[in-house]
Amino acid sequence: MSDSLLLNILLLSPLLSATLIFLLNISIAGVKQYIYTFLALMGSGISALLALYISYFSYAENQVLGSHLFTWLSIENFIVEVALKADALSSFMILFIAPVSFLIHVYATGYMNKDKSYGRFFAYFNLFIFFMFLLVLADNPIIMFIGWEGVGLTSYALVGFYFEDIKNTYAGNKAFIVNRVGDFGFLSALMLLFIEVGSGGLSFDAILSNIGQIEPSMLSLIAFLLFVGAMGKSAQIPLFVWLPDAMAGPTPVSALIHAATMVTAGVYMVARFAPLYNLTLDVSLFIAYIGAFSALFAAIVATRQFDIKKILAYSTISQLGFMFMALGVGAYSTALFHMFTHSFFKALLFMGAGAIIVAFHHKQDIRELRGIRESIPALFVMMFIATLTISAIPPLSAFFSKDAIMSALYASGHIELFIIALVASLLTVFYMFRLIFVVFYSKVKQAGASNSRSMIYPMAVLTILSIFAGLLNVPEIFGGNLNISNWLNILDKQFFISHSDEIILMSVNTLLIIGVIFYTYKRYAYSDTIEKESEHSLVANKFYIDEIYSAVIVKPLYALSVIFDKNISHHLIDNTIHRLALYYEKLGVVFSYSENGNVRYYALYMLFGVVSGFTYLYILLRAAL
Amino acid sequence: MLQEYMILSIILFCIGVVGLISRRNIIVIYMSIELLLNAVNLSLVAISADLADTSGQVISLIIIAIAASEAALFMSLFVVLFRNKSSLDADLFDMLGSKK
Repeated sequence: MSDSLLLNILLLSPLLSATLIFLLNISIAGVKQYIYTFLALMGSGISALLALYISYFSYAENQVLGSHLFTWLSIENFIVEVALKADALSSFMILFIAPVSFLIHVYATGYMNKDKSYGRFFAYFNLFIFFMFLLVLADNPIIMFIGWEGVGLTSYALVGFYFEDIKNTYAGNKAFIVNRVGDFGFLSALMLLFIEVGSGGLSFDAILSNIGQIEPSMLSLIAFLLFVGAMGKSAQIPLFVWLPDAMAGPTPVSALIHAATMVTAGVYMVARFAPLYNLTLDVSLFIAYIGAFSALFAAIVATRQFDIKKILAYSTISQLGFMFMALGVGAYSTALFHMFTHSFFKALLFMGAGAIIVAFHHKQDIRELRGIRESIPALFVMMFIATLTISAIPPLSAFFSKDAIMSALYASGHIELFIIALVASLLTVFYMFRLIFVVFYSKVKQAGASNSRSMIYPMAVLTILSIFAGLLNVPEIFGGNLNISNWLNILDKQFFISHSDEIILMSVNTLLIIGVIFYTYKRYAYSDTIEKESEHSLVANKFYIDEIYSAVIVKPLYALSVIFDKNISHHLIDNTIHRLALYYEKLGVVFSYSENGNVRYYALYMLFGVVSGFTYLYILLRAAL
Repeated sequence: MLQEYMILSIILFCIGVVGLISRRNIIVIYMSIELLLNAVNLSLVAISADLADTSGQVISLIIIAIAASEAALFMSLFVVLFRNKSSLDADLFDMLGSKK
């Protein structure tokens, strides 16, 4: 079987199953649920297996698979090929996207069991994977943009999945509109790239080999605009507001789209344009600072949230902030590796949260979810391991990835970034263990409804992955050889940090983390501290960011559009057109008198016509003679 | 000689035009049309004789032939029109005009 065929099947199998589910769903009422389940799991399962196979080949044999599907546009030198390429970076992306998608599909079959829109859910879900693959496998930024918009679209559809409640629809709208701001940046950057280096071809390789021709200020602008796109998709300050609201969707959606895959698209994009960002150090530093502030801000907000999914949403923003910090200082493969481990433990956390929510019949306030440790011990163990992982306790996977980010920040010489990252990571430990201690360690005992096995087994797999995924990129200090970094082979900036420094950093970090865990335990476990925390403090209200945005951007824009609607659209444009139509009609009435149907008048008009024609000819002839 | 023929032709043509526009009886309008045709025929024949070229006479013969067949058509039309309105007043047949 040829290699390009594998890539095509990987891409198209989710699309095929999405189409089939969609057609079944709209054409036949009352299709048995297991048919949808079968189709959805086939679509994502086939692509997961192929993704493992392809990335193994890329890893072991350094093969670059490519597939040219067709030429989409060919206008002089503007040629858009629909082509896929699985180089090391893309293979690495599908290595975790496809299996995590599959696991969450399995989980979703349990979570969405007996839902009346079961088919619609899996049609969207499979369509999402298709677009995500298109995004990471695209050979040129235009195809990537289609995937980018596609995942935004399916995200919109899934956030507003329960559209009977208008609040969910608003959340979907918010996600879509805020992302539009980011997409504006991305699209402008693409246009600028086309103007500057479009003649040399539009594939990533061609663009990145030609960026030397662009003058530095233009390059910085392009880099900045690309990052605006990443900001929107990856929910960084100032475009993060949509992600917490996007939790309105079903929990598998939050796990797959808003934690493990789609929100990492921004990180992927920056890493994909790494050669460009290596030339624009000012923009890179800006990225690092945006990442730092997002990490810190989201971590602070997460410490005072009560909705279990909101806590995890802010945690996602915070972890993405860590990735952008690493990208900003030039440690691309480190950021990608953290994205890799993050997708496992954050998907696990969301799935655990979903399981708790199901156990309590769709309540989400952690003050009401207390005391199910005894009734569902497996859930407790897995959530606890996931929390230890996100806290970066050695030797769990996030320890290796987050510690690598910390060392890179320290070694890059930006001590202020390092300190922000340290504070943010300690806050991460605090809010995550606050969640764990409040939910699982309480005097109250409740028996939750039991979860189905299809929800527990994928979580078990992800638990194992969360524990051991770090072993793929063990730093040399522990006798490892940075397999993934070597495989990715991105132009990382090289940092030199002595082993003694690194060990001191790690131990201080770990000690601080353990200290914070004990503090959190004292504060929240078996106590009702959580009940005393105000819901109306500055932090619990997210620093009033939503209100500020509403007052500064949304309301003025709304007022402006009302003014435009009334004055410009209604008075100026509509009225002008109505007038014109009215005058035209009146003119028609005047002319209609001449059309009286009387044949003798028509003969007269003809006579006038002939006479004037001859007069004209006569004048012409006179002039010629 | 040509000039006189042409003047006669123009006079005939003008009579035809005036008849076409001012008369209301459809049969008279038809006669005016025939007058227009024959005014042209006259000028064609005159020019043809003047230039010693027979093609003008050929054309006028064809016109006469066509006018004859036209006459047959017109006659049947008159019958139909008269059956509709019991009159041959052209002003009565204004159904294609904009109704006031």
